[in-house]
Amino acid sequence: MNVAIGGVMRRVLDLSLPLVGLGLAVFAWWAVSTRVPDLPSPLRTWEESKIYILQPLEKRGETDQGIALLAYYSLVRVGQGFLLGAVIGTPIGFLLGVSKPLSRMFDPLMQVMRPISPLAWLPLGLILFQKSEPAALFAIAVCSMWPTIINTMVGVRAIPQDYWNVAKVLRLSRTTTFLKVVLPATLPYMFTGYRLSLGIAWLVIVASEMLTGTPGVGGFLWQEYNSLIYAHILLAIVTIGVIGFALDRLMGMAEARLRAV
Amino acid sequence: MAFLEAREIQKSFTTAGTTKPVLRGVSLSVERGEFVAIVGAMGSGKSTLLSLLAGLTLPDAGTVTIDGQPVRGVADKAAFVFQNYSLLPWFTAIENVRLAVEAASPQLSRSEQKARAHEALERVGLGNAVNRRPSQLSGGMRQRVAIARAFATDPTVLFMDEPFGALDALTRETLQQDLAELCSVRQVPVTTVMITNSVEEAILLSDRIIPMLPGPPATLGTAIPVTLPRPRSVAQLAHDEEATEVRAHVVATLTAAIGLRSRKGPTVPPPTPTPALVMEKPS
Repeated sequence: MNVAIGGVMRRVLDLSLPLVGLGLAVFAWWAVSTRVPDLPSPLRTWEESKIYILQPLEKRGETDQGIALLAYYSLVRVGQGFLLGAVIGTPIGFLLGVSKPLSRMFDPLMQVMRPISPLAWLPLGLILFQKSEPAALFAIAVCSMWPTIINTMVGVRAIPQDYWNVAKVLRLSRTTTFLKVVLPATLPYMFTGYRLSLGIAWLVIVASEMLTGTPGVGGFLWQEYNSLIYAHILLAIVTIGVIGFALDRLMGMAEARLRAV
Repeated sequence: MAFLEAREIQKSFTTAGTTKPVLRGVSLSVERGEFVAIVGAMGSGKSTLLSLLAGLTLPDAGTVTIDGQPVRGVADKAAFVFQNYSLLPWFTAIENVRLAVEAASPQLSRSEQKARAHEALERVGLGNAVNRRPSQLSGGMRQRVAIARAFATDPTVLFMDEPFGALDALTRETLQQDLAELCSVRQVPVTTVMITNSVEEAILLSDRIIPMLPGPPATLGTAIPVTLPRPRSVAQLAHDEEATEVRAHVVATLTAAIGLRSRKGPTVPPPTPTPALVMEKPS
């Protein structure tokens, strides 16, 4: 009896506590908006943004589009940049994991390049590619690559000696060893890397869209700031957060499935 | 020349700048079809010796030959059973075994490889668990899969590193018995070297017991033959006269060697348990 009540209570708390937290945050937002005249209140934000949310696929102009369309543009760009980073980063991670000299050769370089902000890479991309779209992809790929490289490398190094022994004893070919031993053993680590990389890619997209003015959630945010429609900035911020959260959850689910094996 | 021959092999490991000799002047010959058990305490260098014999690692000095061929890597037709099963967790039992068959007989079709793997699993009594992953199997069943994997490729030489070390006493006994049968039903007897710290296990399975005298560096003692008729059973060995005698020999040799080591020097002669048993002095 008591146990059942405890279970119900816990479920109610599980659902209600996050809502309470959300309510407190909205309250704080409202409280600040009463003091800062330029900051729209939650209600005003909703009033001014609801057209974007209620007609998410409406295209009224180059940047004046439904929020789903804007998010779609951003997601496509993130997807491309992230894939590019993964395609380059994964093999590098394997090489660095297998070869001690290689990892010693490139480790300091990686440590230096890793903390460089996307805002710093973007102008370099513009110089290299002359156009904003490839420059954005370049910035996303370069910034999001590191967790993929590092986690793949760590994953390869963490392969137990037993598995290498199995490959040796069965005299597996290099290809078979890679496909049937190294790759499956490293996969969970790789996915941890991918999840972190995707998170970074999503961070980078906003910055790169703001700088290049391409349509997407980040571009929209910057344009509305310049047009002094502050409610839309808040709309964009909330959208960015929700989508980032959803992406992380999706990758987390894929990762959990792999770990279960 | 014996089928498996090790001559004066030597191996040291270097950790943090200090070189520690593990084996020195180890010689061993195993006849075709013979089952040799190397018995010694944990950490005495047994696993290192087995890795060297199997070609998993190379000696600093000395040679190992199998069937006249110098060992420079894992030999053709050699199989290995590890203490910790070493199954790939992302594969089912049959896939683990098939991987070995595939590597050994790439000319076979996929279904033939599968059939062979299935047959091997049936022989160890796992015919109805072929599609389970290692995580869904008990320790004893996992080691059965590992044994099936070793036998599936029809090896001519088999290396076993404490194959039952990770199992509970009861499981260990049944598995030992099954392995003894598996070894005896094969038409072509497989030459086997087993590492163990159980004298009982050695008496049950082997033709010859070689005590490993702890070092460092470790050396091999004089072999003690086990001529008991087969099939042997654990129950029968408990009361058998010869078994009792062999057991006493092995235990006396090993304890004498440990006593020798604790006195820090070969100058003090160890108590010789029987006149027939002369230990090789660690050089």
